[in-house]
Amino acid sequence: MSSWLDHTINGLIVGNVYALVAVGLALIFGVSRLINFAQGSIYLVGAYIGWIAVVQLHTPLPLTIIVVAVAAAIVGLIIERFGLRPLQNSVRIAPLLATIGISFVLDQLVMLIFSPNPRALPSQLPDVRFQVGGGTIGPLDLLIAGVGLTSALLLFVFLRYTKLGWAVRATAQDRDAAMQMGVDVNRVNQAVFGIAAALGGVSGMLVGMYYNQIDTAMSLQATLKGVVAEVVGGAGNVPGAVIGSLLLGLVESYGVAVLGTSYRNLFAFLLLVVVLVVRPNGLFVSARQAPPEPLTGTFIAPSRPVNIPRWALLVAVAGFAILPLFPVSFYVLQTLINAWLLGMLGLSLTLVAGTMGQVSLGHAALLAIGAYTSALLSLVLAVPAGLAVIGGGLMSAALGTLLISPSFRLRGHYVSIATLAIGEIVALVILNWESVTRGPIGISGIPPLALFGYDLISPTSVYWFSLAVMVVLALLQGRLLTSHLGRSFRAIRDDDIAARAYGLSLNRYKSIAFIFGGFAAGVSGGIAAHLYSYINHETFNTQQSILALTVVILGGLGNVVGAIVGSVALVGLPEVFRIAAEYRILIYGIVLLLLVRFRPQGLLGTV
Amino acid sequence: MTSAPEALLALSDVNTFYGQAQVHFDLSITVARGHIVCLLGGNASGKSTTMKIILGLVKPRSGEVTFDGASLIGLSTPQIVRRGIGSVPEARRLFADMSVRENILMGAFVRNDRDAIAQDLDRMLTLFPKLGQRLSQRAGSLSGGEQQMVAMARALMSRPRMIVMDEPTMGLSPLYVDRVLELIRSINQAGVSVFMVEQNASLALEIAHEAYVLQTGKIVLSGPARALKDDPRIRDAYLGGSEAA
Repeated sequence: MSSWLDHTINGLIVGNVYALVAVGLALIFGVSRLINFAQGSIYLVGAYIGWIAVVQLHTPLPLTIIVVAVAAAIVGLIIERFGLRPLQNSVRIAPLLATIGISFVLDQLVMLIFSPNPRALPSQLPDVRFQVGGGTIGPLDLLIAGVGLTSALLLFVFLRYTKLGWAVRATAQDRDAAMQMGVDVNRVNQAVFGIAAALGGVSGMLVGMYYNQIDTAMSLQATLKGVVAEVVGGAGNVPGAVIGSLLLGLVESYGVAVLGTSYRNLFAFLLLVVVLVVRPNGLFVSARQAPPEPLTGTFIAPSRPVNIPRWALLVAVAGFAILPLFPVSFYVLQTLINAWLLGMLGLSLTLVAGTMGQVSLGHAALLAIGAYTSALLSLVLAVPAGLAVIGGGLMSAALGTLLISPSFRLRGHYVSIATLAIGEIVALVILNWESVTRGPIGISGIPPLALFGYDLISPTSVYWFSLAVMVVLALLQGRLLTSHLGRSFRAIRDDDIAARAYGLSLNRYKSIAFIFGGFAAGVSGGIAAHLYSYINHETFNTQQSILALTVVILGGLGNVVGAIVGSVALVGLPEVFRIAAEYRILIYGIVLLLLVRFRPQGLLGTV
Repeated sequence: MTSAPEALLALSDVNTFYGQAQVHFDLSITVARGHIVCLLGGNASGKSTTMKIILGLVKPRSGEVTFDGASLIGLSTPQIVRRGIGSVPEARRLFADMSVRENILMGAFVRNDRDAIAQDLDRMLTLFPKLGQRLSQRAGSLSGGEQQMVAMARALMSRPRMIVMDEPTMGLSPLYVDRVLELIRSINQAGVSVFMVEQNASLALEIAHEAYVLQTGKIVLSGPARALKDDPRIRDAYLGGSEAA
């Protein structure tokens, strides 16, 4: 079977590319216990710098590689210096969120400068294939393999034989002790960010040449693949990251060979989830090593929440309730409906991420489950839309909790990775399960909302309906937080070991939080489906997950009123200032960065 | 002991806080050049924080820390190490996945004189002969006592004028405890001042010149070690002031 050899070669080549990304992630994680979610953005930047060099400047290949490596390294150094170093003494969640914000800003800048349309990135190499055994191999394959091997060798020499390399290893093993040997940890951070960025940038350029196409969607995919490879190899383990990458490349390549290209990513994320569940420290970490991240206590910024008197809340709700009675435009109502829908998602995430401390990066998946369930119930089974929405909420609560349950034993950044992966898996299942979800075509003709036989078509009625649902959910959640359940949630967030020692079952309380959160998000997705009348696998994407995260951080993690205020602010203010759509994501990213830096407790304070 | 020895390290009126909680109350400690000074105290008395203050890992809210006449306040840990302070941290804190040899050489990180570093490595192997056969072994695979030897060798490799040690005898077998104390004395005789934090008062007072007793952030007792050895208040300070064991 010659094709198997081809798939193997392809898998190893793609694995090489992943390795360039994953090794950088591993270096950074080793030194600063941070998963750099901006790594994919540097990869993207590298690809576009490569495009400028090749297409505009006509540089020869060796020079192109050097230009990309140097330029990407500079981007990495800037990120380290201005994005992350100011957060050194901040809460543990801050650098993670900062890298997410940075990645949004970088991706959007690239998109604004180069437009979202794909571009061709020619490889500058002759287009020939050599017969090797039963398969074929091209010059680009050899180049990628060569760059991978050379980088590995250089990195080995650096870590083993240079003073700075020793400092990197020492810092990775014991930061405080390294400082007491006179190691300047800031320089070490700079070094690893520079190296990681150079490798990531070159990787992006090579991938662009490999597929002869670059576009802005590359970024998130690269981050995800790099993180998968790194976690599979064992976070912070540099050789492990290389092996994890090659393994990932092979798994994907064989998977694609068996089932087709649209399954490629599914294999990556399934591999990740399996590794996280079976060996959360990675395949190549021996048990003796302490878990790399005892994230307890100061995970979120401690603060005193702003006390809003009950009458003020009542006045605010009443004010919004009677708003449609005044001559306001359809546009205002539409904007506020979006805010209420986002508010429900915010309630869900603020409970899970803020109160429970499980920072979910895949929350849009809960929307998607709710939306698809509700849409299909009403379309296929002719369930009335009102009931279908509740069905969507219940399905999201049940399925969401079930899907996330394998990651209940994870902590800190690992929860974020797992939720991100689960979110991607949900989107991929929706894409591939055509008999039920109608695959890439999406579901159209979803009936409008209805309540007790009356269609809710006018904007006013939809407005009242969504406002009412959100207020009810908020009241329930407020009640939940003041009960012993809320206390238990916070106890687990602040110190899960102590909480367990007091007899709290982590699984039970995490389940309860996800069930409630899943319901709120599912209802939001359900309402959205009936409102939009058309949904597909991209309607609820990672950007929405990050938007929701920005909302709850803006409002104050765990803060119920804050989640709603955050939604109104993030949905409303861009409308007020008439900001064009393509700048919005950029602004969300900047808001996230500024918040993390200057007001990590949010507007209304964490609870 | 004819003239009063000159102070190498001095903490004066240091007040330290962790959030709202005050850890040190007007703490003042002096380490004379060439002396072994020992800081005694029970759990949560603020001993380890004192080490961290000296090393710049924790910043005091007020007060002054000087080394050889110059202030250490505002300097980073690496800068302080470069001034000539070597550290043997609590629980050794070796770089577990690096070899013993690499660990010892990490101690010379602040130096650039290759040949002299190589000579010092040989010197360490005569001072700690056991480490000779362990050089290529992972540091994490050594026994506690051997790790303590590596940690001390590592601290000496920077050619410090003073070494600070956080509980150097903690968790060691009695045999190694004696060995470590012996080594501290010989390091000191070679001209290195020593500031050590210890829980084991009777052992520490054997080798120290002066001692301070810290209780909930305040110095409650201080003086020459010989005088303190028989002082009943030492025991009282440890047991919180009232009952006897």
